[in-house]
Amino acid sequence: MDFTILILILPLASFLILGLCGMKMSHKAAGITGTLSLATVATLSYVTAALYFGAGRTAEGTFETITPYNICWLPLGGTLSIDMGIMLDPISVMMLIVISTVSLMVHIYSMGYMKGERGFQRYYAFLSLFTFSMLGLVVATNIFQMYVFWELVGVSSYLLIGFYYTKPEAIAASKKAFIVTRFADLFFLIGILLYGYYTETFSFTPSETLLVAAGGVIPVALGLMFVGGAGKSAMFPLHIWLPDAMEGPTPVSALIHAATMVVAGVYLVARMFGLFIDYAPEVLHIIAYVGLFTALYAAVVACVQTDIKRVLAFSTISQIAFMMVALGVCTSSDPHSGGLGYMASMFHLFTHAMFKGLLFLGAGAIIHAVHSNEKSRMGGLRKYMPVTHITFLIACLAIAGIPPFSGFFSKDEILAACYSFSPMMGAFMSFIAALTAFYMFRLYYLIFWGKNHYEEQLALYKAGATDHEPHKPHEAPLTMTLPLVILAAISVVAGFIPFGHFVSSNGEAYTIHLDYTVATISIVLSVGSILLATIMYKSGESRLTTAINSRMGAFIQAAYHRFYMDEIWLFVTKKIIFNCISRPIAWFDRNVIDATMDLLATATQKLGNFVRPMQSGNIQSYCVWFLGGALIIILTLIFFA
Amino acid sequence: MNILNLFVVIPLAMLAALWLSRGIKQIRTVMVTGSTLLLALSVYLAADFIAQRNAGVTAAQLYTDSWCWYPQLNISYSIGVDGISVAMILLSSIIVFTGTFASWNVRPHTKDFFLWYVLLSLGVYGFFISTDMFAMFMFYETALIPMYLLIGVWGSGNKEYSAMKLTLMLMGGSAFLLMGILGIYYGSGATTMNIHEIAAKGNIPVELQYIFFPMTFVGFGVLGALFPFHTWSPDGHASAPTSVSMLHAGVLMKLGGYGCFRIAMYLMPQAANDLAWIFIILTTISVVYGALSAISQTDLKYINAYSSVSHCGLVLFALLMMTRTSCTGAILQMLSHGLMTALFFALIGMIYGRTHTRDIRQMQGLMKIMPFLAVGYVIAGLANLGLPGFSGFVAEMTIFVGSFMVDDTFHRTVTIIACTSIVITAVYILRVVGKILYGEPVNEEHKRLTDATWDERFTVICLIICVAGLGIAPLWVSDLINNGVSDIIATLKP
Repeated sequence: MDFTILILILPLASFLILGLCGMKMSHKAAGITGTLSLATVATLSYVTAALYFGAGRTAEGTFETITPYNICWLPLGGTLSIDMGIMLDPISVMMLIVISTVSLMVHIYSMGYMKGERGFQRYYAFLSLFTFSMLGLVVATNIFQMYVFWELVGVSSYLLIGFYYTKPEAIAASKKAFIVTRFADLFFLIGILLYGYYTETFSFTPSETLLVAAGGVIPVALGLMFVGGAGKSAMFPLHIWLPDAMEGPTPVSALIHAATMVVAGVYLVARMFGLFIDYAPEVLHIIAYVGLFTALYAAVVACVQTDIKRVLAFSTISQIAFMMVALGVCTSSDPHSGGLGYMASMFHLFTHAMFKGLLFLGAGAIIHAVHSNEKSRMGGLRKYMPVTHITFLIACLAIAGIPPFSGFFSKDEILAACYSFSPMMGAFMSFIAALTAFYMFRLYYLIFWGKNHYEEQLALYKAGATDHEPHKPHEAPLTMTLPLVILAAISVVAGFIPFGHFVSSNGEAYTIHLDYTVATISIVLSVGSILLATIMYKSGESRLTTAINSRMGAFIQAAYHRFYMDEIWLFVTKKIIFNCISRPIAWFDRNVIDATMDLLATATQKLGNFVRPMQSGNIQSYCVWFLGGALIIILTLIFFA
Repeated sequence: MNILNLFVVIPLAMLAALWLSRGIKQIRTVMVTGSTLLLALSVYLAADFIAQRNAGVTAAQLYTDSWCWYPQLNISYSIGVDGISVAMILLSSIIVFTGTFASWNVRPHTKDFFLWYVLLSLGVYGFFISTDMFAMFMFYETALIPMYLLIGVWGSGNKEYSAMKLTLMLMGGSAFLLMGILGIYYGSGATTMNIHEIAAKGNIPVELQYIFFPMTFVGFGVLGALFPFHTWSPDGHASAPTSVSMLHAGVLMKLGGYGCFRIAMYLMPQAANDLAWIFIILTTISVVYGALSAISQTDLKYINAYSSVSHCGLVLFALLMMTRTSCTGAILQMLSHGLMTALFFALIGMIYGRTHTRDIRQMQGLMKIMPFLAVGYVIAGLANLGLPGFSGFVAEMTIFVGSFMVDDTFHRTVTIIACTSIVITAVYILRVVGKILYGEPVNEEHKRLTDATWDERFTVICLIICVAGLGIAPLWVSDLINNGVSDIIATLKP
């Protein structure tokens, strides 16, 4: 498996080439360089997967963990060192496939989407940088390497969100994304420090004696690491950066903020799963409840957003929370009893990456066609964009969990895991799954059905009510529709992959069998929600919609404003940190500490001024001083001697 | 002849050559030749040092030599280097070299400027190669005095005030330092001024250590921007010309940390162990306080000066943790901070030279106007906030891991507090980047400005390569330093 190093080197090389001499290349050359390198990476990833899973299982019935490279990058004293390397095991190989596939699709798609944009080469350079960092993250051989690449994906995300650097919203969003995730990373770092100190290694498989000896510290360390993961994976209340991150170009949202980077937190928990389940099961359950709340919150908010990318963003938050919940409800590492959630989570990660990537790319095609993110500019687009329409519908069906689309299978496993954890948890999750179906189809109908904005405008134009002729929406070019079709095909068939055969919590093969009760409940709920969405939104806003809106106006307003989470954060950062801490400190520094130093100088000067008149150069006064001094000495001698 | 002598001889020769040279061309030739020679020499020194170490030479100090200078007080010119000094010499050479290009167009009195500039670097080199306390002190003073003139004459803004303030505060520190040195000298029996001989004897009475350790530490600490003696830094940096800021923040502030470690802690280990907690508290304050102050500044140089307070605070913080790893991290941080701050000050100088303002509220959209400088600034910013792949990350992580090895509640707590600086740093860096570089250019006059010239590009690229090089392949530097640190740690934690 020595060739796997190329998977990391190629994107890095293309980043360096495009970053250093991109400005001298034509748009086309830059796009092709990036895409070709990614195509090679994708091919290599598939080969790796084929070889890895093709090699068969070891005697214990698990897939062997292979480490083709591991070098000491920075020794940190004692047994600790930061190593850099490549580790292949079922989940890292699975992630390789996910990342390289979605990234390749995005690379191809962007050739059409970003055509003629200023900074096209820069865009491809950043995409390559991101892909490199993300791949490095998943193949990390130790937690510190993961942290290194974790920071790098963070910065690539920052650079890509702020790609349109002249837009104030984009600047603010990129800053917010970086700082919020950095704040979470602080906890991650402290977790790593604790973990490293007590286990005397940064590797994922520390010695058992040390783990036992560390006792109560391990859950704390793992909990802190989860906070880092929660930042990247946008768990409540650290989710605030993700909706704003949609200011970046849409293909970037598909790649980073839907399919790959945001699942890094899930991947982190899965990576440390063995430790979580053995040493910190209570932390896992906290993760489950955090995930549950996030899933619910995001799903409710998604139901009322009007910007289509924001709907998708909240949907992403909600779906990632599903994965977190699935990991959190595990009670043992045996997939047949209590460890099903792990497999389900990874499965959902896989399918979600495909259909959510598809949804975002579809949304990109729509935005490209109507030049707006707002649903008010859409409606009735199915006639104009047939390919986008069909693929979008497939993705909606997949995320809604309608068989035989992929989302059905993975979500069903998650629900089954939840029901076996506690019926309450299962019921909640089923409800959220139903909400998912509802908001996705609300979105679908608002975009593709109902009155067409273009036709309305055209009618107005013909009647002479407006001056400018509206822009006719058009289907996207082939570079954009091709990735849509490919991802749609994967979304249809991915459910039939015998996923449990490749990935399971203890590595042993696990055959997925549908839990018919759970499946029936979720299908009924999903279909019901879709019907409800059909009634409410198929032909514009129906009477029912208006009635609901008027009854629940306050709640809907609150949900529309995301329950004012952003305002709360803004209050904390702007008002408290900036105005109540930083400003006073700066003032204190100038007016107290520095003033003290100045005071010393001034006092010295004053003292000098006070003594100066004695050196007047006046002989008479010197005589007075001289005689006076002599007199004092004589008197002292007389009286004391 | 001992190669280390060249680090004093070459600057002396440069001084003579500068004095004789006529016209800007000759001055530049002298400067470029001299600083290139010094750079080549220090690269050779580092390579040779590593080669010798690999060959199995285990002596603590290599290239040692000594000439008696003033026998009555046992003062001698003794030289010798270990891994730490080699790293510092390398850093100084890089900064002096790039600083030469950053001051390509200094006016007026170009010749005098460079005379003082070379004298300053002479002091710096002398300080790092000396192993005699008094010689070190002498070189230290040699480096400080030119600063007064360089800021006072070639500076900007309220330069007389700043120059005076900086000099007075640092001289105040020197006064403590001189007392400390004399205390060490007499405490150890008044037979030698050589650091390593004193350390080997280790006979300074503990009561004397308690008096003279704080003096020496504070004396050097003033230069290392120890809270609350850091206030010279914002004013001084703000008024200093570009290359002087680079040299000052890049190298001179390192003299503080180096001295604290090499003289104060090494020679008075008992007091260092017992009194460390006081200074740990002060340095923790430096780290967080500097970063928080930087958030609400509006002058680019002030932001960077406060950022330096925070980063240099981390150096002293890590030294006081007294584990091998944290001290290695501290030296790495000195290197890294030196390179990064030099890069930052160089860029700020270049931007200021064009826009004639450093107020972040008056600049916007520079990315469109001067893409090269803007990209350089973003890279410098990312390096400063500790992005992997740049030196800052390597240094900070080594420090944090090293500090975490001291496992009592007090040290753990302060380490965690110090860790928060990584978030605060991100806040002030991104704030500036977002404000001045991004957005549409609004100021009409700014739209006509040009991008970097070749000498400026050269400076920036050199420094970026160094910062990234250290960040990508830290192993050799870390090995180099680790070696030097272990001897001192062995004395501190027997």
